[in-house]
Amino acid sequence: MNRQRNEPNSHAAEAPADPIGGIRAKKSLPRLRPCAAVAFLAALSIAVASAAAAEDHPHGQRSITDTTLEWPSWVEFVRVLSLRDYNTRVVVLGTVLLGTAAGVVGTFAYLRKRALMGDALSHATLPGIAAVFLWLGSKDLPILIAGAAASGVLGVLAVIALRQVPRIRADAAIGIVLSVFFGAGMVLFSFVQQMRTGNEAGLQTFIYGKAAAMLQGDAVLIGACGLMVISVAAALFKEFRLVCFDQAFASASGFHVVFIDLIMMALVVLTTVVGLQAVGLILIVALLIIPAASARFWTDGLLVMTLLAALIGAVSGWLGSTFSALLPRLPTGAVIVMCAGLIFFVSMLLAPRRGVVASLMRRWMLQRKIGYQHLLRALVEREEMEGEDAAIELRRLLRARSWSPKILRRIIRRAVREGAVVRVGQDGLRLTTGGRVEATRILRNHRLWEMYLIRYADIAPSHVDRDADEVEHVLSEAIVRELERAMDAVVNVPPSPHLYEAR
Amino acid sequence: MESWVWTIDGWIILVGVLSACSCTLLGNYLVLRKMSLMGDAISHAVLPGLAIAFLVSGSRSALPMLFGAIAAGALTTVLTEAVVRFGKVEQGAAMGVVFSVLFALGLILIRQAADHVDLDPGCVLYGNIAQIPLDAFGETLPPAAINLLIVMALNLLCVGLFYKELKITTFDPELASALGINAQVVHYGLMILVAITTVANFESVGSILVIAMLIVPAAAAHLLTERLGSMILVSLVIAAASAVIGHILAAFGPGWLGIAAATNTSAMIAVVAGAFLFVAILAAPQHGAISRLYHRLALRRSIVQEDILGLLHRLHEMAPAQLRPVGRQDVVLAVGDTLLSRRGLRALERRGYIESAGEGRGRRADRICLSAAGLAAASGLVRSHRLWEAYIAKHFELPLDHLHFSAERAEHFITPAMRQELSADLTGPQRDPHGKEIPPEAEQKP
Repeated sequence: MNRQRNEPNSHAAEAPADPIGGIRAKKSLPRLRPCAAVAFLAALSIAVASAAAAEDHPHGQRSITDTTLEWPSWVEFVRVLSLRDYNTRVVVLGTVLLGTAAGVVGTFAYLRKRALMGDALSHATLPGIAAVFLWLGSKDLPILIAGAAASGVLGVLAVIALRQVPRIRADAAIGIVLSVFFGAGMVLFSFVQQMRTGNEAGLQTFIYGKAAAMLQGDAVLIGACGLMVISVAAALFKEFRLVCFDQAFASASGFHVVFIDLIMMALVVLTTVVGLQAVGLILIVALLIIPAASARFWTDGLLVMTLLAALIGAVSGWLGSTFSALLPRLPTGAVIVMCAGLIFFVSMLLAPRRGVVASLMRRWMLQRKIGYQHLLRALVEREEMEGEDAAIELRRLLRARSWSPKILRRIIRRAVREGAVVRVGQDGLRLTTGGRVEATRILRNHRLWEMYLIRYADIAPSHVDRDADEVEHVLSEAIVRELERAMDAVVNVPPSPHLYEAR
Repeated sequence: MESWVWTIDGWIILVGVLSACSCTLLGNYLVLRKMSLMGDAISHAVLPGLAIAFLVSGSRSALPMLFGAIAAGALTTVLTEAVVRFGKVEQGAAMGVVFSVLFALGLILIRQAADHVDLDPGCVLYGNIAQIPLDAFGETLPPAAINLLIVMALNLLCVGLFYKELKITTFDPELASALGINAQVVHYGLMILVAITTVANFESVGSILVIAMLIVPAAAAHLLTERLGSMILVSLVIAAASAVIGHILAAFGPGWLGIAAATNTSAMIAVVAGAFLFVAILAAPQHGAISRLYHRLALRRSIVQEDILGLLHRLHEMAPAQLRPVGRQDVVLAVGDTLLSRRGLRALERRGYIESAGEGRGRRADRICLSAAGLAAASGLVRSHRLWEAYIAKHFELPLDHLHFSAERAEHFITPAMRQELSADLTGPQRDPHGKEIPPEAEQKP
């Protein structure tokens, strides 16, 4: 395994020849935690797609105008997934670590509502990179990163200072710092480009990122910084939690909020600066925001959210770098962000409590319950006036409430199925015994609430019906007991406060 | 840098002014609506729109680009709102999610198409204003300038036609809907205009610097003015000035520093606009840092002077008439021996509120007392203080020892008219809650 294979893979175009090819013999990088399910799904989808596309596009024969994707062969596919290539291993390791660190840091930034601060920060690193390069002429990564961090911090301070200025709001402050710092960076960059010795090729990668060209040193740097970020976050977890959720309580308990905040910002700066090379200064903000925002859908606990965000960041890093290694001409950073975006989309749709599907379901169930209860109450109110034996016709029910015949029929079907109502004759309905009990309970809740409003909220009897209509469905047992106490322990159904006209 | 060539530099400046002004026109509304970052989001998110328009039409002509921009702008807005509403994600984060994913999509699409089209991410990201005149060989109006002229006209037209609607929806959305103006439509219209303007500016300034053009002059103008109309005018002036100065600095600035190179004009425009904003932050007449510092200092000065007057008044109350003059140094020490208090004392002497008594004359006098004018001013102040104490004692049920602190601060801001009202509310009290006499209102000077 100590000889890099030179078979044509998609990295070969982007990655420079490894300068330390022979030395790294035994430094086999640690295997990644297998995320079996996701890997399997991804593998399956690619496999199916590649099988489908294999016949049409034989490998390696593309015309210039061909814009379709070139699917990898099985061999290549397995090799990338099993991380057998040195390049792939470095890139995957680097992006996974970056994703993990960004997920952790992003969680706190997200909860502090500082999501877009990272955007200003990342753009503000540009003048630092260019200035350091102009000044020292060095393209050493640590030096450039130090420059980036310095001007990034300056950018963050500028955002904070601008927010103090009257009439400049937080959003404008971020936009101003982002664009003006970027402009300053561009001014310096154009000097770099015109310098006789200027070889700015390495600097361009900071703007778009070029994860595929990552060297071992870069991955190690990202790894070291990522580990540092994660361990600081773990050590200060309690403090971060306090500051995120209850700043006033934190400072009252004697925590130095400003200091903790600064550490948090420093972690964001570190992650951003280290990640610039991989995903570029425009997209790094996505790695900070998206995993955290996605994780938020699934949980209410900070610890779980942090771990989940780290996992989502790692998975997107892994998926992104794998895809871009498999398929040609896919910029790694962008693919990582797309993967994260996909995870976000899925989370937003499918999360159990906060997801869109779940909340639509909840609304639908509530609507159904309300319709059902309205039907029962309408029936029991008719019975109250006309005696229990009378079958109630559909057309009179229609008049009781503004529901369309179609909806009413659907509600009735359900009530019949549930055994609360039986059909009588052509068009009549009658409550069953069980249905009557349920209907009486609903009617009682309705009346109790009406009386409560009339007596305590001083609302006219003609106005309480509507309000009680909304509340009757959500009155809990405990509230009903309290209402009973307030209404002098009425046991039976209280009479209606409205004057009925007997029809 | 070579010397000035009108056929090149003139066009560059024209393009710069047009792009800065067309952006700023809309930027005013973005800044006022707290949607500055929507400009950021849209300028990034139009990339996939452009790329798709490009892939579909296979050309870089203006019309497909325009449709791509409109679609992408609308999409960004809709998606952001959807994420906020359905995902209950905070606005800023939602924007970040949407625009970064769209931008990533755009990058991928462009890379996929990179082989057979000359649209590289760089040209969208940076723009190259210096290239523009060369496209037309410096002879005729460059095509980019024509596009910008059209967009500028469009923006002027829309802002002019819908000035009232934009204004009302910006400052008072409730009033707008009460008047039957659909704020949502105005919002989408504005966002689509921003998208069009952004795209028109890509060639000259690129997608990130366009944010500077959108926000920075408008933010500066917001600091300098109080009305929307004048804000727009001032921001246009700042934008145009940034463009002109930016190009001059970019072309000749490095030469002045002894560097034989020119730098990026559009980036320099952004930097100059930032410098304008910085100056505005410092020197704006009302909201600037300097004027606020000055006002705060003036307030502190007058408060120290009033404290001295109040102190002398209280000392005089306690002492019999012949013992009234007080040691000058004691007074200074009592209000805090600072430069401010010593100078305040001298200013009071100059204004004739304080007379010297005892040894020495003028500033060297070691004992001082209030003059008649000083006594009138001081008794007004003390009256404010004690009336306020009586007032809050009556209405807020505070313990006696809590009254003084509030009154000590309020006394400086209580006008004679307020004193009258306080006195009326308390039915002309003679004494404050501590039992001290409330001095009568001084006679109005003729």
